[in-house]
Amino acid sequence: MIEQIRAILAEHGRLMIDMEELKEDTDLYEAGMTSHASVNVMLALENTFDLEFPDRMLARAVFTSILSIRDALLELGVEEEAVKEA
Amino acid sequence: METTQTTTQQDSLLERLFAHGHLLKTGVDGVYGRGGEMHDIIEAVDNYITRFGRDGDTEVMMFPPVMSRASVMKNGYMSSFPHLLGSIHAFTGNQQAYGAMMEDINSCCEWGHHLSMSDVVLTPAACYPIYPTLTGNLPEFGRLIEVASYCFRHEPSQDPARMQSFRMHEFVRVGAPEVVQAWREGWIERAQQFLQNLGLTLHVTPANDPFFGAGGRLLKANQKDQGLKFELVVQINPNDQDQGTAVISCNYHQDHFTSKYEIMTHDGQLAHTSCIGFGVERIVLALLATHGMKSSEWPAEVRKELWP
Repeated sequence: MIEQIRAILAEHGRLMIDMEELKEDTDLYEAGMTSHASVNVMLALENTFDLEFPDRMLARAVFTSILSIRDALLELGVEEEAVKEA
Repeated sequence: METTQTTTQQDSLLERLFAHGHLLKTGVDGVYGRGGEMHDIIEAVDNYITRFGRDGDTEVMMFPPVMSRASVMKNGYMSSFPHLLGSIHAFTGNQQAYGAMMEDINSCCEWGHHLSMSDVVLTPAACYPIYPTLTGNLPEFGRLIEVASYCFRHEPSQDPARMQSFRMHEFVRVGAPEVVQAWREGWIERAQQFLQNLGLTLHVTPANDPFFGAGGRLLKANQKDQGLKFELVVQINPNDQDQGTAVISCNYHQDHFTSKYEIMTHDGQLAHTSCIGFGVERIVLALLATHGMKSSEWPAEVRKELWP
C-alpha cells in the first residue's frame, strides 16, 4: 500500500523534494503539496483503491503524510497488501 | 408544511422588493433591475465603503464586468468553479452556418453549439483582473488596491440575496505574508465596525468557497481548516434563522494568485494576497430588511453615515 501511495504522490503531489527524501512521516504540505494538488492525490487514491472518502475524512490532516493516508485507507478497509492485487 | 412557509416568506421579501420598486423584474431569476431609490442606496453604500475603507496609499483600479478567459483558466477559477462561470460565446460563422443556427433557433432546439468561445468571460470576482497587472517585484511595503465591479455567478435563485449579477467592492492587500496576514486580521475587526455603523447585527464565521465536485469537498475542508475565509453574516431573509447571509468576506489567498502571476516582494520572495469583499446588494438588502423598505425612515444615525 505504501508504494502505491508513494506512486500517487510522485504523480500528483507536485512535491518540491525528491521522492527518495520523502519519509513516511514527512509533512506533505511542508514538502510543497498545495491544496489543489492534494485534491488530485485524493481523487487518485479513490480511483486506485476503488473507494470514496466520507466527508468526515475530507480534512487536511488526513492527507498530511504517507502514514496519515495509510491510516485512512486502513480505516476504510483497504488491505495492507492491496498492492499485490493491483 | 415548514417548507411551504419558508418559501412563502422568502418570496415575500422578493415580492416586497418588487412592490416597493426596489427591484425590477427581468424574467430571469437572480437578474434584476434597480429602481431609483434602490439605485441611490446602492450608490450610497458603495461610496460609504470607499470612505470607510480607503487608506492614504490605496490605489484604485476599475475594470469592466468582463475579463480575459485565459485568466480564469490560469487562476484556477474554471477548474474550481466551472458551475458558476458565465462564459461569453458569439456567432462567428458564415451564411451557411447562420442558416443552420436559425433553423435550430426557430425549432426551439438548443443552439449553443453554433457559437464559438470568445476571449472573454463574465467577471466572477471583482479582484480577479488585478492580479495579472501585478507581475514583478512589489514596492517595499507591498500594494493596497481598491477595485469594484459587477460580477456574475450562474446560480439562478429566487432568493434576492443570491443574485446572478451583483456588485462586489473589494480592498486587496499584496505583500509579504506577515504584512498581508496582519492586514486581514485588522479588517476582520474593521469590517464588523462597518456593519455596526449601519445598525446591522452580525456574526463572524469561518467559511469556505463553493468548490465544485468531489475534489471540492477537500478544498472546502482545507480552506476552513486553515482559517483562510471568514464571513460577516447578517440576517436578511426572515426564514434563514440558522445561517444568515454573508455580506462581507475576509479572504487570505496565501500564494494562490502570486505563484501563478509571479508577484514577488521587493526582496524577491513570493508575495501573498488577501482581499476584503463587500457584497453591495446584500448590504443594501440587509439595510432594507433591518430598517424598513423606505430609506427616508431609516434611523438618523444610519442615514448620516450613508448620506453625510
